[in-house]
Amino acid sequence: MITAIVFLPLLGAIGAGIFSLMKNDRGGFIVSIGGIMLSMVLSWVAFITMAVPGINETVFLAKWISSGGFEVDWALRYDALTAVMMIVVTTVSAMVHLYSVGYMSHDNAKPRFMAYLSLFTFAMLMLVTADNLVQMFFGWEGVGVASYLLIGFWYHRPSAHEAAMKAFVVNRVGDFGYALGIFAIFAMTGSVQLDEIFAMAPDLAGRSIEFLSFEVPALELAGMLLFIGAMGKSAQLGLHTWLPDAMEGPTPVSALIHAATMVTAGVFMVCRLSPMLEFAPFTLDFITIVGALTAIFAATIGFTQFDIKRVIAYSTCSQLGYMFFAAGVSAYPAAMFHLTTHAFFKALLFLGAGSVIHALSDEQDMRRMGGVWKKIPFTYSMMWIGSLALAGFPFFAGYFSKDMILEAAWAQHRFTGEFAYILGIMAAFLTAFYSWRLLFMTFHGKPRASDEVMSHVHESPLVMTIPLFVLAIGAVFSGFLLYDLFVGHHWNDFWGNSILILPEHTAMADAHHVPKIIKLMPLIVGVAGVTLAWLFYIAVPGMPALVARVFKPLHLLFFNKWFVDELYDALLVRPSVRLGRLFWSRGDIGIIDAFGPNGMSALVSRFSVLCSRMQTGYVFHYAFAMLIGVVALVAWYARTIGG
Amino acid sequence: METTWPILTILTFLPMIGVVFLLLIRGDDDVVIRNSRNVALWVSGFTFVMSLFVLFNFDPAVAGYQFEDRGIWLALDGIGYHMGVDGISMPFVVLTTLLTPLAILASWKSVTLRVREYMIAFMLLETLMIGTFCALDMVLFYLFFEAVLIPMFLIIGIWGGMRRVYASFKFFLYTLAGSVLMLVAMLYMATTAQTTDIPLLQEFAFSPAAQTWLFLAFFASFAVKVPMWPVHTWLPDAHVEAPTAGSMILAGILLKMGGYGFLRFSLPMFPEASVYFAPMIFSLSVVAVIYTSLVALAQTDMKKMIAYSSVAHMGFVTIGIFTMTEQGIAGAMFQMISHGLVSAALFFAVGVVYDRLHTREIDAYGGVADSMPRYAAFFMLMMLASVGLPGTSGFVGEFLVLVGAWQSSTLLAFLTATGLILGATYMLWLYRRVVFGRAEKEEVIAMTPLEGREMLIFAPLTVLVLWYGIFPGGLLDTMQPAIATILGHVADAADAMGTQ
Repeated sequence: MITAIVFLPLLGAIGAGIFSLMKNDRGGFIVSIGGIMLSMVLSWVAFITMAVPGINETVFLAKWISSGGFEVDWALRYDALTAVMMIVVTTVSAMVHLYSVGYMSHDNAKPRFMAYLSLFTFAMLMLVTADNLVQMFFGWEGVGVASYLLIGFWYHRPSAHEAAMKAFVVNRVGDFGYALGIFAIFAMTGSVQLDEIFAMAPDLAGRSIEFLSFEVPALELAGMLLFIGAMGKSAQLGLHTWLPDAMEGPTPVSALIHAATMVTAGVFMVCRLSPMLEFAPFTLDFITIVGALTAIFAATIGFTQFDIKRVIAYSTCSQLGYMFFAAGVSAYPAAMFHLTTHAFFKALLFLGAGSVIHALSDEQDMRRMGGVWKKIPFTYSMMWIGSLALAGFPFFAGYFSKDMILEAAWAQHRFTGEFAYILGIMAAFLTAFYSWRLLFMTFHGKPRASDEVMSHVHESPLVMTIPLFVLAIGAVFSGFLLYDLFVGHHWNDFWGNSILILPEHTAMADAHHVPKIIKLMPLIVGVAGVTLAWLFYIAVPGMPALVARVFKPLHLLFFNKWFVDELYDALLVRPSVRLGRLFWSRGDIGIIDAFGPNGMSALVSRFSVLCSRMQTGYVFHYAFAMLIGVVALVAWYARTIGG
Repeated sequence: METTWPILTILTFLPMIGVVFLLLIRGDDDVVIRNSRNVALWVSGFTFVMSLFVLFNFDPAVAGYQFEDRGIWLALDGIGYHMGVDGISMPFVVLTTLLTPLAILASWKSVTLRVREYMIAFMLLETLMIGTFCALDMVLFYLFFEAVLIPMFLIIGIWGGMRRVYASFKFFLYTLAGSVLMLVAMLYMATTAQTTDIPLLQEFAFSPAAQTWLFLAFFASFAVKVPMWPVHTWLPDAHVEAPTAGSMILAGILLKMGGYGFLRFSLPMFPEASVYFAPMIFSLSVVAVIYTSLVALAQTDMKKMIAYSSVAHMGFVTIGIFTMTEQGIAGAMFQMISHGLVSAALFFAVGVVYDRLHTREIDAYGGVADSMPRYAAFFMLMMLASVGLPGTSGFVGEFLVLVGAWQSSTLLAFLTATGLILGATYMLWLYRRVVFGRAEKEEVIAMTPLEGREMLIFAPLTVLVLWYGIFPGGLLDTMQPAIATILGHVADAADAMGTQ
């Protein structure tokens, strides 16, 4: 069954690819959607019949790489962690596949799009079922490629393929860390197989290893290197720059890859490696701090942007930060819980935004929206549900998961946890603010779109609204329903040995016993954020411009995304190209060729010119040369005899 | 396994029968051209089938040489005719016989001048390449190894582009300079060891002092072939001027002769010197990986960019070989085979659009995906294989090399792995500028889709790149015993150095 879940989407992708060559849209839809739907049903069946009762399974498929002691297999591992990821991935993917039928209806390469979506799903499932680090790397880079293909799907647009390339290259920087992490682990344990690594982790805790001639703690090094990979994939501070640009891809892609699944791979990886990371306290603290900083950093950018998708993208970035700091304080179940609920409500928000964009004839700038809520009431209500869940209002999904994270962070009772808690609360305030700013700007006020666009505004077809509805159910109920199973008092029963938390890491256990004010804080700032948004965008519409003027430098900093792109461009991108040109013109041509083959041949030809000049044809020249020769010979002869 | 048939000799000289046929063709120009193409294709195809026969009878579990074949030659003491293959050379033989028919197919339409002579050059080239990998006598090896230059020199010099004469002389100058030193070293070895038989020489212990000089002399020749930085500058020019098929063979096979030489001569015969010089090789290779990747970024000519990327990829190979670990050498071998497939496909991909637009300038393209969607798909896959995506053959080689490199030095692995980022950058950039975008130039819009012949060339390469990416086991197992033998030599030397 597990094999079928993983490979059905691959079959769908291949089928859709073949139909793409035949230009058969219907066939492409049927095979890809059929594959993913079946895969979704099976993964729910597996979840209920295997994961909930606690049955683990590993399916061996084939040998992959075997050289010396370096043994890698193709194998599928199924445990609670995999099970959760599987239902999230297949469910959101199935909804997005369905939604795409409507959203892409005007495109003339539909089967190709479906093939990419299914291919992505396959790679993602390979990632979450990986039994060893190298297979996880396969899925890891596989989803990267699918993401690259999908971001650049509209390859006519320069901005699209630029964003696609940026996503791939930035992710490669992360993968560079990941790959080194694998080598480090192999050097320490002689294996890349997860269970073998985990079995050895406790013994490795105190050991150190040489890295770039430094002596560093072994597990910390491996953990940090692997986490760099996670930072790339999950767009954490420093390696986040690709995610907002990735919004160039069609909206269903943003919902599936850049909100619900691929970007959470980093969180999944950290949770998956918990039996190792638990023995690397420094790495855990580092994860906490990076997560917390990302949560607030992305939120500050989010509330100044005008592109509806970018606002949600920064929101994703920020929410991923929450998940990371939850994992960093050893509250892995909380991280996974938020990952699950977030997948539903963020996919809902994206698809809702897509519905708006679709309705407004592909307009994405919120400054040219407004006043459409009566025309598209269903989409409007879906966006409300998504925003309520995101901001964590009581009984919506985010309420359970986000509060759990914040409480766990507080309950760590250490500096890093409290640091994360405070930043998390600030980010929660901004989250509520930008979510309602989005709602108000998009749906309320006077219409700012042209009359022509406004006259076309229409509710999306059923094939798009049904997925919205399904996801909305998840956004409302997933928190409430899964709370006990994932993070309730008996969370350990469900997660079993897929997650390890050392007894001395008590954040998870203590999260249920924090002061009332700590529990209430997220709600209070949430309400404040919504109120402020209402004040700014409904009550006093002149406020935003005024505030932006008063805090001009700060606003500029936020609006320009802290100038990180510009910084990288100046520090890395342009110098590399310049260095390349320099090496080429000065190194290859200027030095190697000039002194090498060209220099040699020049030397030879100069020498031969010299030689040919000696051949003057005048007898007295030859006679003179002969005389010199005879004199020299005699002199040398006399010397040797005499000496 | 001994066979009664001298099968390797037959395999090696089979293409020469093609040469005879080619010389016998009579008729007017059209007939000659058509028949020349067909003769070359059939003969090289038959050679390929025969090499598969050898491959299927090859026992991967055996460590030594197989299908050995000896004869008397040159009537001199010690110099004999000796052929044989082991797990190191077997994959190269099949790679050669696979790429040659594909290269002939690739020049089906683009070569119209002196077709008969062109095909003769390719047949000759094939014989010499197979011979290089099968020869087990040093003098025989030297003859094949050096003679390969002649047809390649002609292919570039006669059927090449505008600056072909400069390029072919540069190519010749570099490779000859290296080989002269190798010849001197071989003379010394023959007189010292009183044999030129490679298996015997591999068992002969040269004194450490002699090893140093011999290693350097061989290094000069192999480093130029690989090519290693800083003796790589012949490669971009040679590739740019060579016809498409010439580039395919040059990148696919000729570059591998350097790596093969290191594995066949340097490591087993001069193990102590190899250990001694490994840091130098590492330094040069790391420079190759980083420097040439950056240079590749600056290129405006498609072929030049892929040529520079070859230098960077071969940097991985030399690193892998000199880590002297199982994974490193296996990775280097794998990388060579994979690069043979991928670079041949990439050079062919350039050839395909060159045939249509007659320019290699990247800026002349843009939006090719519109008019050539299947081409875009093949090119995409090969581009991804080139950047080492898991699931393609490119990944296995690079990854194993890095696993080996980490065991030698973490710094080495760290610096080499930056090649993963840089490699992705220039390849994606190339792809983006050629294939993506909206086709605006009329010539580009008018480009015709891939024809059947072109797909026939891409298809086997694609299948193999994916197959070896997902199931590399067969190839890795084939090389394993031979690698173990080489490592045995190195380990013995290390012991000897330890006890001194």
